[in-house]
Amino acid sequence: MLNAIGILGLGGLAGTVALGLGSTPPDRVQGELVRMIYIHPPLAWTTYLAFAVTGLFSALYLWRQQPRHDQIAASSAEVGVVLCSLTLVTGSLWGRPTWGVWWTWDARLTTTALLLALFAGYLALRRVVPEPVTRARRGALLALVAVADIPLVHFSVKLWRTLHQQPTLLRPDPQIAGVQAWTLLLGFASLTLVYVWLTGRRARVEGLAQLAEGRALDLAVASR
Amino acid sequence: MGSAIHLRSAMALLGRFPALAGVDLDVSQGEIVLVEGPNGAGKTSLLRACAGLLRLSAGSGTVLGVDLSKGGRPRGVGFLGHSAGLYDDLNPRENVEFRARLWGIPPAGAAAALERVGLEGRLQNVTVAQLSAGQRRRVGLAALAVVRPRLWLLDEPHAGLDASAREQLDSVLGEAAAEGAAILLASHEIEHVGRIVSRSVCIDRGRIALEPAELTTDSVHVA
Amino acid sequence: MLREAYVVAAKDLRVEARSHVARTQVVPFALVVVVLFGLALDPDRGLLTRAAPGLLWVTVLLTTLLATQRSLALESADRAVDQLRLSGVDPAAVFLGKAAALSIQLLLVVSALALGVVVLYGAVLASPLLLVASALLATAGLALAGTLYGAVAAGLRVRETLVPLLVLPVVAPVLLGATRAWEAGVGLAVSDGWPWVRLLVAFTVVFGAAGVLAFGPLLEEA
Repeated sequence: MLNAIGILGLGGLAGTVALGLGSTPPDRVQGELVRMIYIHPPLAWTTYLAFAVTGLFSALYLWRQQPRHDQIAASSAEVGVVLCSLTLVTGSLWGRPTWGVWWTWDARLTTTALLLALFAGYLALRRVVPEPVTRARRGALLALVAVADIPLVHFSVKLWRTLHQQPTLLRPDPQIAGVQAWTLLLGFASLTLVYVWLTGRRARVEGLAQLAEGRALDLAVASR
Repeated sequence: MGSAIHLRSAMALLGRFPALAGVDLDVSQGEIVLVEGPNGAGKTSLLRACAGLLRLSAGSGTVLGVDLSKGGRPRGVGFLGHSAGLYDDLNPRENVEFRARLWGIPPAGAAAALERVGLEGRLQNVTVAQLSAGQRRRVGLAALAVVRPRLWLLDEPHAGLDASAREQLDSVLGEAAAEGAAILLASHEIEHVGRIVSRSVCIDRGRIALEPAELTTDSVHVA
Repeated sequence: MLREAYVVAAKDLRVEARSHVARTQVVPFALVVVVLFGLALDPDRGLLTRAAPGLLWVTVLLTTLLATQRSLALESADRAVDQLRLSGVDPAAVFLGKAAALSIQLLLVVSALALGVVVLYGAVLASPLLLVASALLATAGLALAGTLYGAVAAGLRVRETLVPLLVLPVVAPVLLGATRAWEAGVGLAVSDGWPWVRLLVAFTVVFGAAGVLAFGPLLEEA
C-alpha cells in the first residue's frame, strides 16, 4: 500500500516536472522562472504538513505512549527538514534573478528558516538521547513547544516586516488556468504522496530499529 | 510492622543495560537491612529504584504504599547517594535548611542535626565545596535527620567516616528505626555495619543471590 | 506552590550572591561583548547608536545561554536534582522558582548593558516605561524558555552545545520584540513600541504555561 503511494507520488512528480518544463507557457513578467511555482509552493505546503504531523503525533504519543506515534512524529520531522531546506533553496533560487539577492528578509522566508532551525534542533535532541522512552518523551515535548512557538515566530516576523513594508517576494501571476492549474495541482498532490511514502517508510525503519533494540535488551538480560 | 518495600521480579534499565534483572525484596518498618554485593552488582540501582528515581521496566514494586510500576513517586523517602545532593556555594546549615524547607518542615533544627552528625560549629559556616567527601555525606545525613523520612535509602553511608563518625551515624540510624522508619543501606563494609543491621541480603548481577540471613555479631558471611 | 517556588528562587539567588558568578563573570562577559561589537562595527557613532538596541538584546540572548547553563548545572553538580524530586515539591514550582531567579539575574545584566550602551553607543533613554516594561517581559520570557530547554537537555553529555541550538531559534520573537520596543524606547523608531510589548506578553504566557505543564515529566527523567 505504501509502495503504491510512493509509485503514484513519484510518477506524479515526474509528470509535474515534464509538464512544468515542457507544456506550460512562460510568464509574461517572470519568464521561465515562473516554473518554480510548480515546485516551491508544493514544497512549502508539504513542509507545513510534515511539521504539523510531527506536532500531532507528538501530542498523541504523550497522551497514549504508543511508540508507533513517536516513530511517525520523528520520521515526519526528518522528511520535513529535507522539504523545508528545499523550500528555502527553491525560494532563494526563485528570488535571485528577480530581486538580485539570494535572500531577502521576507516574512515567510524568515519564518520558514526559523522553522527549519526549530526542527533541526528536535532531530539533534533525538540523536543524543540513548534511552528510547526518554527520547520519545522529551522529543514530543520539544516538538509541541516548537509548534506552540510557531505562531509567535510568525506574528513577530510579520509585524516586523510589515513595519518595514517589504514587498512580498513570491507573488505568482494570479491568472492561472488551464494546463498551468492542472500542473500546479499535480505538483501539490504528488509531492504530498511522496511525503506520505517517505514518512511511512522511515517510520517503518524506525519501528524495526526499536524492535531490534528490544531484542538486544532481552539477550543482555538473559546473559547477565 | 507495615511493609516499606515490596519488590517482586523487579527489573530496571540503565540505558540499555539491565541493572536490576529480577529482584525480590521485602523491608518492613523498623528494620535496618543491609544490601551487599560486589561492585556493579546493582546496589545503587536497587536503592534508586526504591526511591522512585529509577523507573522499573518490568516486575512489581510497592514502596510506602505507592505502586512503582506506573512510575509512581513514593512520598517520605530519604535518599543519600554517593553524591549528597548539596549546593557547593552554600554552607552546611543553609543546605540543610533548604532541604527542610523543600520538605515543608521548619528549618530550625538544622544546626542541631549537624551537631549530631559531628559537624561542629566551625564547619557549619564554611561552604560545602571546602568539605571532604565524608563531611559532605554527613551533611546529607543531617538533612535526612531533619526531615525524618519513613524510609531511609543510604548508599555506602559509612564510607570515608572515622570511628567516632560511624558511631554517630549508627546512633542516628538506630534512633530512626526505633521511631518506625525503615532503613535500607548498601555497603561493602559488613564488619563495621553489622552492629546495627538486623538482616542482610546479597545482590549480584542484578539479582538477589542468597537467601536473606539473620545477622548476629559473631556470624561470618560466606560470599 | 508559590511558597515552594519562592524557596527555590531564594536558594538560587543565595547561591548567586555567595558565588558572585553573575557579578564577576556574567555581567563582565556581557560588557565585553558590547565592547567587541563596538570594535567589529565601524566606530562611526551613528551606526552604533542605531544598532544599539539590537546589539544589546543579542548580547542578552548570548548571556542567557551562559546563565541558563549555570542555573541548571547547580542542580546536576551533586545530583541535587534527585533531592528535588524526592522532596515531593511541585515540579512547576521548581520551574518557576529557577526561572524567576534567572530573570532577576538577566535584569541585572540588562541594566548594566543599558548603562554600557548609553555610555559607549550614545543611546538616549527616551521612553523609560516602554523600556522597563519590555525589559521585564523579555527577561522573563528568556528565563522561562531557557529553563525549559535546559531541562529538556538535562543529563545529556552534549548539553552545552545542544541548548544554544534549541533555545536561540525559539526566542527569536523575544529578540524581535525587545529590540523593536527598545528602538522605540530610545527614540530611534517612529513606530509604536507597545504592540511588541503585547507580543512579549504572549511569549511569556506561552512559555510559562509550557514549562509548568512540562516540568513534571522532565524532572522525572533528569
